[in-house]
Amino acid sequence: MSDETGSHTDVPENLPSGRGGHGDEVAKPNPFANPGLPPHEHRRQDIDDKAAKHSERVVAGLFTLSMLGTIAFIACFVIFPVDKIVYIFPFGHVSALNFSLGLTLAVALTGIGAGAVHWARTLMADEEIADERHRIDADDELRENVRQQWITGAKESGFGRRKLIRNTMMGALTMVPLAGLVILRDLGPLPEKKLDHTLWAKGKQLINSNTNQPLRPEDVVVGSLTFAQPDGLEESQDDFQQQIAKAALMIIRLKPEDIKDKRELDWSHQGIVAFSKICTHVGCPISLYEQQTHHVLCPCHQSTFDLSDGARVLFGPAGHPLPQLRISVNSQGNLIALGDFEEPVGPAFWERS
Amino acid sequence: MSTTTEAPTRRGRPTNPGERVAEWTDGRLGLYKLAKSNLRKVFPDHWSFMLGEVCLYSFVILILTGVYLTLFFHPSMNEVVYNGPYAPLDGVRMSEAYASTMHISFEVRGGLLVRQIHHWAALIFIAAMIVHMMRVFFTGAFRKPRELNWLFGWTLLFLGMFTGFTGYSLPDDLLSGTGVRFMEGAVLSTPIVGTYLSMFLFGGEFPGHDFVGRFYSVHILLLPGLMAGLLVAHLILVFFHKHTQFPGAGKTEKNVVGTPLLPIYTAKAGGFFFLVFGVIAAIAAIATINPIWTMGPYRPDQVSTGAQPDWYMGFSEGLIRVMPGWEIRAWGHTLVLGVFIPLMIFPLVMVAIAVYPFIESWVTGDKSEHHLLDRPRNRPVRTGFGVAWLTLYFVLLIGGGNDLWATHFHLSINAITWFVRVSFFVAPVITFWITKRICLGLQRRDRDKVLHGRESGIIKRLPHGEFIEVHEPLSQQQLHVLTAHAQPQPLDLGPEVDENGVERKVSPVAKVQARLSRGFYGENSQIPKPTVEEYEEITSGHGHH
Repeated sequence: MSDETGSHTDVPENLPSGRGGHGDEVAKPNPFANPGLPPHEHRRQDIDDKAAKHSERVVAGLFTLSMLGTIAFIACFVIFPVDKIVYIFPFGHVSALNFSLGLTLAVALTGIGAGAVHWARTLMADEEIADERHRIDADDELRENVRQQWITGAKESGFGRRKLIRNTMMGALTMVPLAGLVILRDLGPLPEKKLDHTLWAKGKQLINSNTNQPLRPEDVVVGSLTFAQPDGLEESQDDFQQQIAKAALMIIRLKPEDIKDKRELDWSHQGIVAFSKICTHVGCPISLYEQQTHHVLCPCHQSTFDLSDGARVLFGPAGHPLPQLRISVNSQGNLIALGDFEEPVGPAFWERS
Repeated sequence: MSTTTEAPTRRGRPTNPGERVAEWTDGRLGLYKLAKSNLRKVFPDHWSFMLGEVCLYSFVILILTGVYLTLFFHPSMNEVVYNGPYAPLDGVRMSEAYASTMHISFEVRGGLLVRQIHHWAALIFIAAMIVHMMRVFFTGAFRKPRELNWLFGWTLLFLGMFTGFTGYSLPDDLLSGTGVRFMEGAVLSTPIVGTYLSMFLFGGEFPGHDFVGRFYSVHILLLPGLMAGLLVAHLILVFFHKHTQFPGAGKTEKNVVGTPLLPIYTAKAGGFFFLVFGVIAAIAAIATINPIWTMGPYRPDQVSTGAQPDWYMGFSEGLIRVMPGWEIRAWGHTLVLGVFIPLMIFPLVMVAIAVYPFIESWVTGDKSEHHLLDRPRNRPVRTGFGVAWLTLYFVLLIGGGNDLWATHFHLSINAITWFVRVSFFVAPVITFWITKRICLGLQRRDRDKVLHGRESGIIKRLPHGEFIEVHEPLSQQQLHVLTAHAQPQPLDLGPEVDENGVERKVSPVAKVQARLSRGFYGENSQIPKPTVEEYEEITSGHGHH
């Protein structure tokens, strides 16, 4: 930019509008007219053979560097064991193989790239040339020619005349994709009531997800958050993921007098309440518990529920409270469910009433 | 060169082996005719024209590294027990997809590097597409005859985001599984068919045993196949239309000025591929991306905090986070607006961007071809729209990372969410207005520069004692650049009554069009550029102060 303006510093302050003309330029009444391509300016390499030779050496050097990079890449591949961890400042502990392979590959690639670009910029002819653009659309003659061809073709087919053929063909072409659609039917089962039910049932014991032991009321202390799953659900089962995605529970103990919601109190056992762990927004498992306020927070989209008030939504994008599971204890003193959730767990959907 | 010894049937047999290959190919593919118009094809030079190249090259890198990854990856959700070299996960149950990704990362030599190059290239690919699209948008390169290429490019971006999403979901780790769960929840919110779509997508209840295999074929075959086709069409159109260029000396609507494909562009563009690849390789060497081993395999009842999707999903993530949890329950059904509205806003905004060229051309009534690019300041309304869209994106990106903003800057998450909710409506309007004002200000400056010259910083004392700053006149080239743009007039509906005094009927559509057109080109949307007369009048006098 400075070059451009600098070259004009010796022009008089009041630029004449260009008329009068210098040299071979014809009179130009318009001072804003396109001045045409500026004359080509030579680079040092174009006029100084030494500079050109230097550029040549630089380009060749970069290509050579690339070759060395590839050799180093192969060497690193052979030398470093895949599990070797090294400390490299400032990156910390890194895989020696990944680090060395990546950097040597980078050298091998950028060597070629930088060499080619430097070659183009310093040694290849850099004179700008102009190409004409041509009209994209056809002239009248061509348009008429194509029109006639089309009309002839259409006439020969009889497409417009034989309406029966046309209509049945349209019908056939419209219908045949249905086969492709129908064949997709077995991508999955119909929803039916699958999303309405979980594994929980009357008498099913609550199993601590961490210890795999039945939960007893005395295991649940005030201020702690415990995760539970139904008795009999094992990781090795084929449908474990689908079942845990609906049945995951979180258990907390509140002081009964802290429970504001009457139904929540009724469904609790000595202040122990069990709520679905699956957020009612889009189904993330809820995992953050604030003991003081009894709020739980979904780490995905920050929906906040008040577990002391029927898991009402306090904040965030969730649309309804977390479903509660009715619990009690059985004769062995273990916590059990008194039935399934009374409403579907997880995200809302059309069929949910 | 010519060989005269043999009796030529059509032309002499070339001695040069390269030329012989060319001859052979020409006889079968018409190589020479193809090469005639393309070998010395002129490409204009500007740094912003490289952005599209970055997209192309990162796509090529994605294909190369992606093919490598398929050699080791097992797209299966069968459960296995891990006993590989990564001790913390020893004995943990996981899907084969996750286990094979662990294998690639810890046991295949160079596997981790290729995985990281692949993921980094994906981020760069989509970033480059968006920046490239911004270049095209702000300079008006989407105008006739390039509207279709704008749509091709837009479709590439749209498919690119889905390819990215299906790709990072494949390892079946805790983070990506959470993202898939989010998608399932969003699908469920679709009125009437939501549960059916979800069941068909996952082959039953979430997560099932099918989605990795299904995403795999979509990720490695369907989407890249479509994208490769679109990409070729995109490039063919670039060649066919010839590249746009910025206004400047010697550049007109009827020519294209630059350096030829052979040798300059072959060397520069070819070299640039290696530079892009090299830089991504270096990034992959020093910066870990998606360390699935720290997250563990997916289980629907577990989650990590700070769960964030890849950056290009930040828009939809922000929408879903800040939307109030509206649910309408009636007649035994639930309309999950709190999820469905964000799910719909995303494609609607995308579609608005896709159809923008057609809207602008309809509003302004501009049906002519354009090969010279606009300087963004000369189209304040369009530039304002572009900035408004970007603002919307960044506002939602803040919303998408509201937990990180809260923890890093010690802000209340409620306050951030409310800020985003309000900004979603207000910020684009404000930035539109500000941008438009800035553009008009720059137009005024251009006008001053043309009429009074460039401020030189030289203070001169006149004989009678007055001090003036010397304004240095612009060269003809600079004058041309600052005045070359057309300043269209808003559409005119004509007089309200015809020559007989009868009220003319103007369709409401035409009225809307005329009003919008005034918005684009009315007196509040452009500063009249200096005319030759104004210029002559000022410059013919002496001493301009």
